[in-house]
Amino acid sequence: MTTTYLIKGVRPLGGAATDVLLRDGVVAALGADASGTRAEIIDADGLIALPGLVDLHTHLREPGREDAETVETGSRCAALGGFTAVHAMANTEPVADTAGVVEQVWRLGREAGLCDVAPVGGVTVGLRGERLAELGAMAGSAARVRIFSDDGNCVSDAALMRRALEYVKAFDGVIAQHAQEPRLTEHAQMNEGALSGRLGLRGWPAAAEEAIIARDALLAAHVGSRLHVCHVSTAGSVEILRWAKSKGWSVTAEVTPHHLLLTDELATTYDPVYKVNPPLRTAEDTEALRDALADGTIDAVATDHAPHAIEDKESDWTDAAFGMLGLETALRVVQETMVETGRLNWAGVADRMSVRPARIGGLAGHGHPIAVGGPANLVLLDPAHRSPVDPTASASLSRNNPYASIALPGRVVTTFLRGRPTVLDAKLT
Amino acid sequence: MKRHLLSAADLDSDDALLVLDTAEEMRQLADRPIKKLPALRGRTVVNLFFEDSTRTRISFEAAAKRLSADVINFSAKGSSVSKGESLKDTALTLEAMGADGVVIRHSGSGAPHRLANSGWIRGCVINAGDGTHEHPTQALLDAFTMRRHLGELDGRRVTIVGDVLHSRVARSNVLLLATLGAQVTLVAPPTLLPVGVETWPCETSYELDGPLPKSDAVMMLRVQQERMNAAFFPTQREYSRRYGLDARRMGTLPDHAIVMHPGPMNRGMEISATVADSARSVIVEQVANGVSVRMAVLYLLLGGSEPALSATGEPAVATASAPESVPA
Repeated sequence: MTTTYLIKGVRPLGGAATDVLLRDGVVAALGADASGTRAEIIDADGLIALPGLVDLHTHLREPGREDAETVETGSRCAALGGFTAVHAMANTEPVADTAGVVEQVWRLGREAGLCDVAPVGGVTVGLRGERLAELGAMAGSAARVRIFSDDGNCVSDAALMRRALEYVKAFDGVIAQHAQEPRLTEHAQMNEGALSGRLGLRGWPAAAEEAIIARDALLAAHVGSRLHVCHVSTAGSVEILRWAKSKGWSVTAEVTPHHLLLTDELATTYDPVYKVNPPLRTAEDTEALRDALADGTIDAVATDHAPHAIEDKESDWTDAAFGMLGLETALRVVQETMVETGRLNWAGVADRMSVRPARIGGLAGHGHPIAVGGPANLVLLDPAHRSPVDPTASASLSRNNPYASIALPGRVVTTFLRGRPTVLDAKLT
Repeated sequence: MKRHLLSAADLDSDDALLVLDTAEEMRQLADRPIKKLPALRGRTVVNLFFEDSTRTRISFEAAAKRLSADVINFSAKGSSVSKGESLKDTALTLEAMGADGVVIRHSGSGAPHRLANSGWIRGCVINAGDGTHEHPTQALLDAFTMRRHLGELDGRRVTIVGDVLHSRVARSNVLLLATLGAQVTLVAPPTLLPVGVETWPCETSYELDGPLPKSDAVMMLRVQQERMNAAFFPTQREYSRRYGLDARRMGTLPDHAIVMHPGPMNRGMEISATVADSARSVIVEQVANGVSVRMAVLYLLLGGSEPALSATGEPAVATASAPESVPA
């Protein structure tokens, strides 16, 4: 028997205040109908309710780098950030390229119980880009894998990519491509531009991303399959995606919070906390990404939450690992870059951070509207809050947070996973 | 002057001229039987070389020793660094040993910047070459050498030829020469010019013959062996024909123009032996001047603000005016 909760005075998707009754894992009643039941009261005056957020791109590091993050600590970050489901990327040690590993990750997620952990399977064995992993076995496992990605590496071999796109049609899978032409980005350290030339850091040209996206969109269209593009970072990529979508092709894309907010100028500090792949780009790219997320050319925000042990970031720039944390700050960054700028309303945020990512990942229990009978996956946030980000306050085992001391709006107050609170009063339950 | 020398851009024109004038004083020492000043007695200078560079290291070592500093050479090969010790732990070790100044050479661009701004050490940091970023003391010794031959550099034309993309020498030279008012032209095949070079304070050219007759100094950059196999240019011979400085091309320079090279040279590649050994070549002099310039930098960053030598040319008691402790 689970507790019944009555959320009082909350504004679903930022609309009119109402009451929401959660019982037996579903939204049992709304408005006047919600009253009169014996329930735990949650005063949500001034808070906004969104469907629980879904992350298409999370690095949980387990198995292999449990010093940087585990499924459990990453799940804590997710819950605190308002997520009820995350997709765990395959680049663990061992790689999640077999039914055994994806089931292990899935099981660890169930044990942590703070959000649904949907493992992403590797496209190729060992993410080496040489031959296909047993995609069907992963799809048919208890983990029910639908997204396959070599993230961290690009499936750069065009013939192999074509085969992968074709093969996953058998179980309605999708290939999530890390678009990075490898030869154009050997030893690349930051966005290629005037700044990389001045700083003497090897450049990562926008064309290396755009060329792969264009190629893969054509391949996906040719074989009639689904392509998802990970962490889109350039204005040129947006144009190509817009073109591909105008053709009616099944191409979806995500953008990270950091690519919406931060720019390559930060590399002038040579502080590796700003080193990420794909790299931070220019202010013009940031603008184009925000516009594309607003008009739906980019479907989803995905964190690319990438924890790294302190010693892997506490070095000089070139030696440091790529990646930054993102789960706990994602919604705040989206509020700052999209809501405060008038580009998206809260319904739009729900669409880009819950509805569409759930659809892309094939997660039937997530991304539903807040309606009677729908699953009680909810996040309550306080949009009026604003405070500087404190990296030491994170639930992550890592501290590579690029937003340190940046003041961001919003605060996740409560997260419900199937009617059970994982976060109350901004603290884990 | 700023507390560290990480980039040639750290020097404004007053700073740059102060270094060059101080180096001129230091150079007078070279003509004396006893080539030593007490200026940095009791101070410790660490040469922290993560990348092999015997030439630069011994130049800094000689400079520090002539200023009576204690010198510790810390090279990566065969040390704890090659056994995986991090930059941070190395830095903390040096701090514990009381390094007043750290001269760092590193293969990673920005490593000196990181060392100076990390809070790991209190001493001043001198960049002795970081990745493909900068090598400011090389630019200073180049400017010093040019100044001795050409006088003040304001309005002078300097042509820098070769692998600008990977050259820390070129980056530092462009910045420093622009600060000093010289007009720089970079000459390279388009593959060896960085993206965004049009935003640098200089001109660029894809061919060498045009700029040479107007050049007061021409600086040939070393072409690294590994570039030759990475499609930056078709063959060594083609590079040499289009961008090498041979006797014919040298003949088109004005009579007063000098030929420079930061070393080590690839004779027959970017510079012919005839040119390297000609009367216009100041390449050996650059090496000698390197010591004077590095003495000036060490003196100004670690020592006092008094002139290094008194007006009469006698050594001043510089240690008396130097602060006893390193500012935090």
